[in-house]
Amino acid sequence: MARVVIWGSLKPHTGGRSEVEIEARNVQELLARLGETYPGLQAQIKRGVSVSIDGLIYREGWLQPLAPDSEVFLLPRMQGG
Amino acid sequence: MPLDNAPDSKRKFNVVGTRPLRPDGIDKVTGRAKFGADASAPGQLVGRILRSPHAHAVIRKIDTSKAEKLAGVKAVITRDDFPDHTDGDAALYDTMYNIMAREKALYEGHAVAAVAATTASIARQALKLIKVDYEILPHVTDVDEAMKPNAPLLHKKMFTDGVDPKPKKPSNVARRFEFGHGDVEEGFKKADIIVERSFKTEATHQGYIEPHAALASMSPDGSADLWCCTQGHYMVRDVCARILGIDISRLRVTQSEIGGGFGGKTTVFIEPVALALSRKANRPVKVVMTRDEVFKATGPTSSTSMDIKIGVTKDGLITAADGTFRYQGGPFAGCSPAEFGAMSAFAQFHLDNVRAIGYDVVCNRPKTISYRAPGAPMANFAVESVIEELAHKLGMAPIDFRIKNAAREGTKSSYGPVYGPIGLGPTLEAAKNHPHFKAPLGPNQGRGMAAGFWFNFGGQSCVSLNIPTDGTITVSVGSPDIGGSRASMCMMVAEELGIGYEHVRAIIADTSSLGHNDVTDGSRTTFATGMACILAARDAIKKLCQRAAATWGIPEDAVTWEKGFAKPAGANAGNFAPLSLKEIAAASPGTGGPIAGHHEFSADGAGVSFATHICDVEIDPETGASKIVRYTVIQDAGKAVHPSYVEGQFQGGAVQGIGWALNEEYIYGKDGRLQNAGFLDYRIPVCSDLPMIDTQILEIPNPGHPYGVRGVGETSIVPPLAAIANAVAAATGVRFTQLPLSPPRVLKGIEDAKAKGKKAA
Amino acid sequence: MSGITVNTKINGDPVEFICDADETLLDVLRNRLGLTGAKEGCSTGDCGACSVTIDGRLTCSCLVLGAEAEGHNIGTIEGMANGEELHPLQKKFIEHAALQCGICTPGFLIAAKSLLDKNPDPTESEIRFGLAGNLCRCTGYDKIVRAVQDVAKGMRNNKAKRA
Ligand code: FES
Ligand code: FES
Repeated sequence: MARVVIWGSLKPHTGGRSEVEIEARNVQELLARLGETYPGLQAQIKRGVSVSIDGLIYREGWLQPLAPDSEVFLLPRMQGG
Repeated sequence: MPLDNAPDSKRKFNVVGTRPLRPDGIDKVTGRAKFGADASAPGQLVGRILRSPHAHAVIRKIDTSKAEKLAGVKAVITRDDFPDHTDGDAALYDTMYNIMAREKALYEGHAVAAVAATTASIARQALKLIKVDYEILPHVTDVDEAMKPNAPLLHKKMFTDGVDPKPKKPSNVARRFEFGHGDVEEGFKKADIIVERSFKTEATHQGYIEPHAALASMSPDGSADLWCCTQGHYMVRDVCARILGIDISRLRVTQSEIGGGFGGKTTVFIEPVALALSRKANRPVKVVMTRDEVFKATGPTSSTSMDIKIGVTKDGLITAADGTFRYQGGPFAGCSPAEFGAMSAFAQFHLDNVRAIGYDVVCNRPKTISYRAPGAPMANFAVESVIEELAHKLGMAPIDFRIKNAAREGTKSSYGPVYGPIGLGPTLEAAKNHPHFKAPLGPNQGRGMAAGFWFNFGGQSCVSLNIPTDGTITVSVGSPDIGGSRASMCMMVAEELGIGYEHVRAIIADTSSLGHNDVTDGSRTTFATGMACILAARDAIKKLCQRAAATWGIPEDAVTWEKGFAKPAGANAGNFAPLSLKEIAAASPGTGGPIAGHHEFSADGAGVSFATHICDVEIDPETGASKIVRYTVIQDAGKAVHPSYVEGQFQGGAVQGIGWALNEEYIYGKDGRLQNAGFLDYRIPVCSDLPMIDTQILEIPNPGHPYGVRGVGETSIVPPLAAIANAVAAATGVRFTQLPLSPPRVLKGIEDAKAKGKKAA
Repeated sequence: MSGITVNTKINGDPVEFICDADETLLDVLRNRLGLTGAKEGCSTGDCGACSVTIDGRLTCSCLVLGAEAEGHNIGTIEGMANGEELHPLQKKFIEHAALQCGICTPGFLIAAKSLLDKNPDPTESEIRFGLAGNLCRCTGYDKIVRAVQDVAKGMRNNKAKRA
């Protein structure tokens, strides 16, 4: 199960928890399951998220595989100038 | 996808790291290079846009009948010409609303109608004939004012997202973000010294010298061509096609040379308007913004209001850091970079307890858009000002205080993930050892420093590389070249193929010639598109080796590529004289046809980057004017492909930061109108304001890139605001918490401090 | 609007054009004569991107009417190179990476040439003040100043050699 850390202001959507565990093989699956389990997160997922998997940031990369013990951070979708 | 291609640290480069002449140089010094406004089409019309004089008003009715009747007018468009095709995509709807107002005009300068006419003067006349019936509403332009409960509301249906429970009343606060870890309250309990301050910064504009320009040609059947200056012509294509309701493949966008962007050209403004005018007139239409329009209706970045609280132990360890970042983003939700401000604010520290809260606030100001490291410079100004103050309170040298608390490999960043190898420590050490750091200061001078961070990212790139029969190379990339990236692309291809730089030519392809390429932003081009170039070259090498193998009649894997030649891999492979790229290319028509290499991907693994800046400023005690007398930028580039252009990015970013710190600001009148929409009153730094900007490039390879490249374009604008504020504080003994540090503000600060000192004495 | 016929020389060549009374020289160059090397960054005389010379004097072409060009010699960026041979300033700008986006470059080259014509041996500060009418948002000016210094040095050396 991947450990997913969400940012503080999303906590109300996960019952106040900043970390949840999700069974997923890749990012796409992870986001889909997150949305199913915590419907409140769907709006943000739709708006765009980037993820960091074990310290590396992926702006898109939905097929990026997750190891069973991966630590995933949800981040707002990256923008730049 | 990240590549398993960690840089080989012992690799010797032949081309990368040298300073060849850029391929577009001659065109640009002879005036031949074609920028946005330099193109024209047969039968073209002049397009002009009517803009709201009011900061906030309901648009009751628009009467265009008189304008339409004027001889020479070929099309007039309004909101009615943009039926909603956005299909529930809120961000796209806002983009459409921004390029042509719908129910309300939301800021002074908001487009309300446009005309296409045979000449500029007829177009101007026609604008005067358009009657707009406005119902003026109360407005708000200040972020703190906009957050007050009784502030004029921009959107009746805006309920702050990200707070629990969901608010019952609408407000101008679109969203609340929170980042961090640990427990800041506990952390502050362990602190011996706590400093808490509030800060404000003003909105600044990217200030590119080239105003937006677009030449559109659209037929009634929906096929269209667009020429424009943008940081991302694929983005322009996709957004325009969706706004206009046409198939993406019907629209071909060709990117002109671009006269600066800095984030400001990562969205559309006039492009859909030019297309809609052209569709209606059935003739090409050219729209070029005036500088006044650029200031009022494009860009800028957020104005902000921030609170910072940091606690330390007596021996200088930070125990907790807490910040609140209120950013206004113009009239639409989700436009301010509040989240990136909050995420990046404390990123340069190793912290056990950290919290950053961001508020995205709407105001009656132009829709903000990214400006170089969006959101980070202002947050850095606030945080690094408090850091400097804490160091003084501790009696510790600020540099040592920063080194002691610096983020390092393994640090859990303030925004979440754990850092890999990063270059912050080395930039701080390099600063400490830099001659600038020890140089004596003159009278009325002060020295300041600051360290800053930016994420960088990769994104989608598609590259195609072709080898004509003489063995030279053409590379097509889809990333607009803003600061010499074509040179870097050629260099990386030459490096891979083992040939001279002069044999490679890179062009920027239009949207119909290549797959999608993301906008040139986030410092991604040299990293991501550069990596695509490297991989396209490797793809070509594979094919070149195949041809050699076929020629020799040996298996493909028995051939290797070395310095521009295909060679048998070893003695067993056979004894054949190496075949040069030239020879293989010359034979290509008979060995299987043209040889090309491709690569398309979404790059990830861009390395975060850090910079430390040192700045000396001299204050004129009579006028309060600040002069930068010495400035040094030290930044980790991962690997500098073309060091001159890396230095150029460092210098350009630093000087934009200097402008932000000292002079630049959007000034609004009580009427909600911008009072300084021109380069005379919005003063960007000129040559005589500045010294040389010294640079030092550090190279701590990014493991996510085959050569170790990190993005370099953005980080350099992050530290200057704080470095200068710290220098001014050192020179005057007064800590300023509001930017810009314009002469009247500094003078008042000095005089107030004097008066206070007298009273105390 | 009735057009005004104007006779001038541009980069040494006789040119006749017709323009409206309210048309700037910059508009004429760009829109009527196809000389788009001069750029419009502001149209208010604040950015220098439109720099040309009129009878050798540095001028913002956005502040001059086309009709005022009558009888004068206009110099634009298109006339700076001598055939295939780039002007030393043009060469050094490329060599020193004194341009990033390049939109300001024509204006800077015209201004720098006019500076060196008047003062072949400028100090850094004279260069900085001499170019203070031109805005560049990309480079921070460092490499522009160095390119001009390098050209001035080359001119001094040449002169020394000739003497
Ligand atoms: S366009 Fe003439 S000075 Fe800016
Ligand atoms: S190089 Fe871009 S404005 Fe000067």
